[in-house]
Amino acid sequence: MSSVPTREVARRVFAREFNDATYTFKESDDDRAPVYALLPTGQRANRIFIVGTLTETQDVGEDSEYWQGRIVGPNGGTFFTYAGQYQPDAASMLRELEPPAYVAVVGKPRTYETDDGEVNVSVRPESITEVDESTRDRWVIETAERTIDRIKHYQEAEADEYVEMAREEYDLPVENYKRAAIEALESLEAESEATAD
Amino acid sequence: MTESDLQTHATEIHEQFSDQLDISVDEVQDRLETLVNEYKVPTSEARRSVVNTYLDEAGMERDDLGGGGGGNDRVEVSDIDSPEEWIDLTAKVVDLWEANSDAVAQVGLLGDETGTVKFTKWSKSDLPALEEGEVYDLRNVVTDEYQGRFSVKLNRTTTIEQLDEEMEVGEDDVEIEGALVDIQSDSGLIKRCPEEDCTRVLQNGRCSEHGEVEGEFDLRIKAVIDDGNDVHEVIFDRDLTEELTGITLDEAQEMAMDALDTSVVADEMHEQILGRYYRITGPTYGRYVLADEVSRLQGEVDPDAVLIKARSI
Repeated sequence: MSSVPTREVARRVFAREFNDATYTFKESDDDRAPVYALLPTGQRANRIFIVGTLTETQDVGEDSEYWQGRIVGPNGGTFFTYAGQYQPDAASMLRELEPPAYVAVVGKPRTYETDDGEVNVSVRPESITEVDESTRDRWVIETAERTIDRIKHYQEAEADEYVEMAREEYDLPVENYKRAAIEALESLEAESEATAD
Repeated sequence: MTESDLQTHATEIHEQFSDQLDISVDEVQDRLETLVNEYKVPTSEARRSVVNTYLDEAGMERDDLGGGGGGNDRVEVSDIDSPEEWIDLTAKVVDLWEANSDAVAQVGLLGDETGTVKFTKWSKSDLPALEEGEVYDLRNVVTDEYQGRFSVKLNRTTTIEQLDEEMEVGEDDVEIEGALVDIQSDSGLIKRCPEEDCTRVLQNGRCSEHGEVEGEFDLRIKAVIDDGNDVHEVIFDRDLTEELTGITLDEAQEMAMDALDTSVVADEMHEQILGRYYRITGPTYGRYVLADEVSRLQGEVDPDAVLIKARSI
């Protein structure tokens, strides 16, 4: 007898929404239970898939290597990703890649609180690979569509538990994320027009 | 079997004969109740008997009713293409999965010559257990759809009859699209057991069945395709692995020989395919899709359709 796969889906989200996902929760008391970040449009995310431009890498570690990467989307939003000794493959990618480069990252949302009480959201990578522009463009369209779907769902009268949770935990207008999606799509249009000219 | 279930059957039988006979639902239900409650006849048999009685009265043949007398369309698995249809089905239980909710008594895969479909049997329906590998006649099952994929639900009005026959289950291809987000262990350059009819992948030179053996090299990839809503585990055989990565078995063996390590092959494959989008078609086997065809999704993409959708909300 085989079991139904339980692997967590990798959500598609733009940086602007992801960086607002400061509320995290577990659904059971088990130590190994997955930690979810709550997206402000009302979906839980234990894993994300992002594609963007790696613009800067930096070893910010003190005793051992700890690499920070900045990954920027076409609407200006920036993901921060950190890889150290426990993510050796991702860390060596960040060490070796020369920005700017298009990268695809599969990873887990992580939050940490700064000294002044602000919560920062970042990506702990499971894998980083260098990809091409067409992969980035496809990701932008897919992510815009998934974001729009979530916003529609959020605005429906009958909300599910994660929408309820988002309404309760965040005071953020989902309009912002619609704007982020539209800006990202428009940048692709502008690009293709520029190439056509 | 409760009264309301018999009422459902009675209503259906009544509908079948309402053009030919002047009978009421209550009359039909009385007949069913007599057979089921007094004579302890199984519901399916009671229904059959009552239908026969009315067929005689109406001077009709069973074929006139269509659907083999069940009142539903008798369909093949590949015909299932819309949700909330009541159908009859003859199918083999291909696979039983672990139910992950108390509300579900059994969940798994049914198949016939035309393909396979997921089924769910609810605990509260109180139906007999289905056995893997057996063929059943299933009447009054309901179709359902989730994100473009169809399934059937066995409910409390469903009748189940085990048939003493063999059935070849056809492969039905699924098409999936998404990003390749993970490559699982035992991918890349692997060794298989050379024993006849055993193709198990060796772990540290050992076959779980035949012990230590001189393995034969092969290529394969077990990957995860994720579209943001669903994940699928996909297996690529040697041919498709070569096509996908551009690395042939000979080259892979050379790479491994130079590095004195087979894992360099999987590492190279990670770089080639992780994080890209693919479309894959192939039959499902248990939880896996066995890829028959794969194509990389690349080239121009058009943002207009999604822009229109975005601006409309």
